[in-house]
Amino acid sequence: MHAVVCIKQVPETTEVRFDPETNTMVREGVPGMINPFDEYAIEEALLTKERFGGKVTVLSMGPPQAAETLRKTLAMGVDQAVLVTDRAFAGADTLATSYTLAMAIRKLVPVDIVFCGRQAIDGDTGQVGPGVAHRLGISQLTSVSKVKNIDWESGRIEVERLLESGIQVIESSLPALLTVVKDINQPRLPSLLRMKRAKQAEIPTWNATDIEADPAQVGLEGSPTQVIKTFSPPKRTGGQRLSGEPGEMAKELVDKVFAAKII
Amino acid sequence: MALLEVIKDKCKGCGLCVEACPFEAIEILDNLAVIKESCTGCGACLDSCELEALYLPKIEKKPAVDVSAYQGVWVFIEHQDSQIAHVSLELLGKGRESADKLSTHLSAVLLGDDISPIIQQLSKFDIDRIYCIEDPVLRDYRTDSYVVAASSLVRKYRPEIILAGATTTGRDFASALATELETGLTADCTELDIDPEQGLLVQTRPAFGGNIMATILCPHHRPQMATVRPKVMEMPAIVDSNDAEIIQESLSLTEDQILTKIVDFIPSIDTVNLADAQIIVSGGRGLGGTENFGLIEELAEVLGAAVGASRAAVDAGWIPYPHQVGQTGRTVRPRIYFACGISGAIQHQAGMKTSEMIIAINKDPDAPIFDIATYGIVGDLFEIVPLLSQQFKKKLGK
Ligand SMILES: Cc1cc2nc3c(=O)[nH]c(=O)nc-3n(C[C@H](O)[C@H](O)[C@H](O)COP(=O)(O)OP(=O)(O)OC[C@H]3O[C@@H](n4cnc5c(N)ncnc54)[C@H](O)[C@@H]3O)c2cc1C
Ligand SMILES: Nc1ncnc2c1ncn2[C@@H]1O[C@H](COP(=O)(O)O)[C@@H](O)[C@H]1O
Repeated sequence: MHAVVCIKQVPETTEVRFDPETNTMVREGVPGMINPFDEYAIEEALLTKERFGGKVTVLSMGPPQAAETLRKTLAMGVDQAVLVTDRAFAGADTLATSYTLAMAIRKLVPVDIVFCGRQAIDGDTGQVGPGVAHRLGISQLTSVSKVKNIDWESGRIEVERLLESGIQVIESSLPALLTVVKDINQPRLPSLLRMKRAKQAEIPTWNATDIEADPAQVGLEGSPTQVIKTFSPPKRTGGQRLSGEPGEMAKELVDKVFAAKII
Repeated sequence: MALLEVIKDKCKGCGLCVEACPFEAIEILDNLAVIKESCTGCGACLDSCELEALYLPKIEKKPAVDVSAYQGVWVFIEHQDSQIAHVSLELLGKGRESADKLSTHLSAVLLGDDISPIIQQLSKFDIDRIYCIEDPVLRDYRTDSYVVAASSLVRKYRPEIILAGATTTGRDFASALATELETGLTADCTELDIDPEQGLLVQTRPAFGGNIMATILCPHHRPQMATVRPKVMEMPAIVDSNDAEIIQESLSLTEDQILTKIVDFIPSIDTVNLADAQIIVSGGRGLGGTENFGLIEELAEVLGAAVGASRAAVDAGWIPYPHQVGQTGRTVRPRIYFACGISGAIQHQAGMKTSEMIIAINKDPDAPIFDIATYGIVGDLFEIVPLLSQQFKKKLGK
């Protein structure tokens, strides 16, 4: 069994604060972290390996410093981590990113299962996983909250998907790509021993030539969408604080809600 | 070419952009902002510069397709059990407005089996055409069959814009379809407009957990595709004309060519459907235990609301994950959001701060939730929440 996990390095959210005075995000010198949903993807790959044997490869496209994030995944127990990095990849939108990742995954075949996070918390798009699956011509199972069964004999996988209106149980042929949600497992912490080893581990880097990427399909060049403007959302300020005895406050609040004619 | 340019004459090296950059990709050298390799061109810094010294250079690209050959606005109709998803109807309103601005037609795209009840529902709205494919393999949404069907329609009829709801299904569908068509897709838009000069779809969406808004274009590829967040666009007016032209196409796809098979569907109880709820009552660590969620459920029941939770409450095992609101849970936009015993950490806010009215009940007067609450009550939730249930019950005559 060979599982590939796509992970993204994202800005550390616990450290990013929004400064209402200057309208900017304030960061306190942190290099970034694994996109939270991707930790669940890594854990699920490791659990799959523990059940069936095989190996887990983690893949990330990003700037050179993303190597540090990959190192952490080695400390969690993945077998191999690859950084896909090239100046030419900069400015990629989801179409170009999924192309690049799919080309890198092609270099890793045979691959039985690909895990992604449901979405990255910086871009919040959830488009990359499906894009990769589609390019690889394998089925995409998004928003997976449970892997119920994998049958290698028949090459089928059965999972639960968390939809707004309920849980869908769906079965698919393998290989398949799964995007996972938080409920699927409890990610393990990196072990100390592995952490030491991971420090010395070599993380191979692949550039555009290594993955045989078409220059017209990567980075800014390969991105149909263009950001033309960014701005701060209208600021939401605290409104009114009610005062008085609990009973009075409750009554006042109920009156206000009715006055707003929502109920 | 760099992704981000500094206008050297304007930059004074004040460093505001350095603070604004989420990727530590800007430094100040000799009183001048210098862009490092780690820049992703995300644009988060642009607004921080008071001197307007930063810009994202426009890249001149040749059109990938003959854009003039693509016309019309399409809305993907998401449905389940013969019921159209609310967001699809909302998009018919926005779609109409966009089509009018472009002087083109608005079409609904309907894929399914036994679709006449859905066509019936669509007839209440001002639509010019309904493109449909009716086939047993399309009975339930599945990525592969729907993408094959939709892409065949797109290739034949060439719409310039396709809109879908930013639901789990809508995002799953649009992502695969955009990849198949090799065009741009903007996720989870909260504003859409048509640029009067070029007639392009101007797509605006939150990024970085809602901390910045980005406006995005897809100038050279067609169709221009966007998923749109539920409940931000207004419902269109109901009309009584029923004259949409119906265009039927067929699909040559058999069940054995499809990679997936739906085994079962377990509908959630009403209190979990956060996406559709008009009112959400959420509880956090302040509840202190699973048994106390009864208080939240009681208020929710009185109001016909869904029950939400902070991650702290979910991680403590007091309530299952589908209830979690926030960055690693669901993004919600109800008309009223009650936060009871929730501090309002940024990750929680990322999932609920666009709610129309926010009501916070927390005993800590300095809790960050009060910074965004429309109405705040500083007090003990064990005292306040039952009082609210009582008062609402009385008012509602229950
Ligand atoms: C990567 C990442 C992702 C995350 N994703 C999410 C997410 O999706 N959703 C989410 O919610 N969080 C998320 N978090 C966690 C988030 O940072 C907070 O830890 C969490 O939201 C806190 O939950 P809480 O407000 O219930 O608990 P606390 O912060 O402990 O707040 C409890 C509040 O209850 C009040 N209180 C206590 N007793 C009473 C009482 N009797 N009456 C009234 N008030 C009382 C206290 O004053 C306090 O303000 C994430 C964190 C990380 C690092
Ligand atoms: N640059 C990247 N490198 C590796 N994986 C990525 C990258 N961007 C996105 N992904 C994967 O795709 C998922 C969804 O990301 P997004 O579509 O950006 O919300 C993430 O959770 C990752 O698993």
